[in-house]
Amino acid sequence: MKIHEYQGKAILARHGVPVPRGEMAHTPSEVGAIARRLGGTVMVKAQIHAGGRGKGGGVKLAKTAEEAEQIATQMIGMRLVTHQTGPEGRIVKRILVEEGLQIARELYLGLVIDRAAERPVLMVSPAGGMEIEKVAAETPHLIFKAHIDPATGLLPFQARSLAFSLGLEGPAVGKAVKVMAQIVETFSATDASLIEINPLIVTATGDLLALDAKMNFDDNALFRHPDIKELRDFDEEDPLEIDASKYSLNYIRLDGNIGCMVNGAGLAMATMDIIKLAGGEPANFLDVGGGATAEQIKNAVRILTSDKNVQAVFVNIFGGILRCDILAEGLVAAVKELHVTLPIVIRMEGTNVETGKQMLRDSGLNFTTADAMDQAAATVVKLAGGR
Amino acid sequence: MAVLLDTSTRLLVQGLTGREGTFHAKAAAAYGTTIVGGVTPGKGGTTHEGWPIFNTVHQAVAETGANASLIFVPPPAGADTVMEAVDAGLALVVCITEGIPTLDMMRVVTFMRGKASRLIGPNCPGLISPGKAKAGIIPGHICREGCVGIVSRSGTLTYEAIQQTTQLGYGQTTCIGIGGDPIIGTTFVDALRLFNADPETEAVVMIGEIGGTAEEEAADFIKREFRKPVVSFIAGQTAPPGRRMGHAGAIIAGGKGTAAEKMAALSAVGVHVVKSPAEIGAAVKMALRSS
Repeated sequence: MKIHEYQGKAILARHGVPVPRGEMAHTPSEVGAIARRLGGTVMVKAQIHAGGRGKGGGVKLAKTAEEAEQIATQMIGMRLVTHQTGPEGRIVKRILVEEGLQIARELYLGLVIDRAAERPVLMVSPAGGMEIEKVAAETPHLIFKAHIDPATGLLPFQARSLAFSLGLEGPAVGKAVKVMAQIVETFSATDASLIEINPLIVTATGDLLALDAKMNFDDNALFRHPDIKELRDFDEEDPLEIDASKYSLNYIRLDGNIGCMVNGAGLAMATMDIIKLAGGEPANFLDVGGGATAEQIKNAVRILTSDKNVQAVFVNIFGGILRCDILAEGLVAAVKELHVTLPIVIRMEGTNVETGKQMLRDSGLNFTTADAMDQAAATVVKLAGGR
Repeated sequence: MAVLLDTSTRLLVQGLTGREGTFHAKAAAAYGTTIVGGVTPGKGGTTHEGWPIFNTVHQAVAETGANASLIFVPPPAGADTVMEAVDAGLALVVCITEGIPTLDMMRVVTFMRGKASRLIGPNCPGLISPGKAKAGIIPGHICREGCVGIVSRSGTLTYEAIQQTTQLGYGQTTCIGIGGDPIIGTTFVDALRLFNADPETEAVVMIGEIGGTAEEEAADFIKREFRKPVVSFIAGQTAPPGRRMGHAGAIIAGGKGTAAEKMAALSAVGVHVVKSPAEIGAAVKMALRSS
């Protein structure tokens, strides 16, 4: 799960990490009021779940409260497009207003799980404020890492070594060691999957602050973090994906015109791949899971056909536990009830497959059945008006 | 011969009294697997479907001589359940549970260092040695005793590979679903090492997916040590970056973990990489003929 910058900073601050003074606002007048309270120069920052906001015009400096209010008038409701949002961008609904600071240096700090090492890795770089992927590709010698043993946590010598690698001196070393320990502590206390501070700044007066904060959390651990679960911003998600999540359906909307309904995440990805190989474009990823009920199948059909781009549907099911006759029954009922007229190509394999196919043929609905996955893919691409 | 699981397996089911545990334990028993009992804390001393239930794994092992465990418990209890089985010294621990937090799994792998148990999963369909035994949820009727080893990060794609190799008459020695999480007990390299040492496994089907570098590590191992033909399919060639595709581990992050990188690494070491999941069986046939 993703959260906004201002929420991430609040969590970090609770664990002792220094962050700029600031508040979140929904309206220009709130922005003005916060700017007046902070006094002096402020930063006005659009809050969306994507990086690259500065380049897209989502981060601006205001010298007065009036200017801040004016900037907010333009920023709230704007469609902010960055390299991470895709061409459709995101509508700005929340603004973070923060004190302006005198920056001496911009550093990078990131904490993620290193899957191969089976432990978290803390990464720092003196090349802060830049895209870290670019730093990694072009100047990898400017990234310094320390793996964290789950049994001991981050050790002081590891943090000191990273601080010296960043070229820090004097009291800044101790401050950096403390910040690193606090960030590692935040990571394990919140079941984060990513914490990225870019930039972590050194101010003109020698203080270290998190000027930006990106935090992602492990969805599987949200059950033990009800406070974090509440930070979910539904405005940042596709309405169809929210709808699907209510029925434990794993749905991800894509750009194509062939709706997919599959059981199992691997087969769902493979189904997208085989559609593309046949010359088509998948409209979605949809995993109905191993033991889908008739209710889930109905909602799956409803959700994937409510995407207006969808011209044809591909149902690809390997019935191991999920029986093909149950699936057929659910499909027939759903298509009748929802009055779906789109062509539906079904490829089923596994338990009770013959009964299932017979039920589909007897239904009199717009179903095409196929035995082989590649043949089914070719058929659905043709029906969707592709090659 | 099979790997990890055979007729000498004496299987304990942790979470046997639950709905899924009951269903799959009965299916495994019907397939011929020796199930010796179950563990459900608080229900020790009772019986369920004729099997004795114990409060702890240690008790169950002492009374039944169990040497393997199959786990169906809710995700918050997953890590603790695995560690209890490992602590009791079971050689094989198979965890089907989906949704165990990553930090919990990190503690599990740290706990397991230096211990003799092998963990399969979590978030996996388990494993089956056709004609001998199964520990998990892979449907037995699509399998056939034979010469292909199958290892996969995905459940239903495993079934595709099984079905295709069964239909062509090759059958399988053992099929291992290693699971779709970022941190898992048994990796591709571990599974390949087992198949390398198994004289009856003549070829291996390896099904990977986007995310992480497990396929690249397998490619390195294949180049160094593996002496049998390998057919591979990587799911997620068309997956968008930054989105978690169902499995917790299936995500392209920071431009890394793409299907293209994995397919290139495997092709470079002589693996028969197929672009379509429909071609797995045919590629096995070709690989076995040319070897």
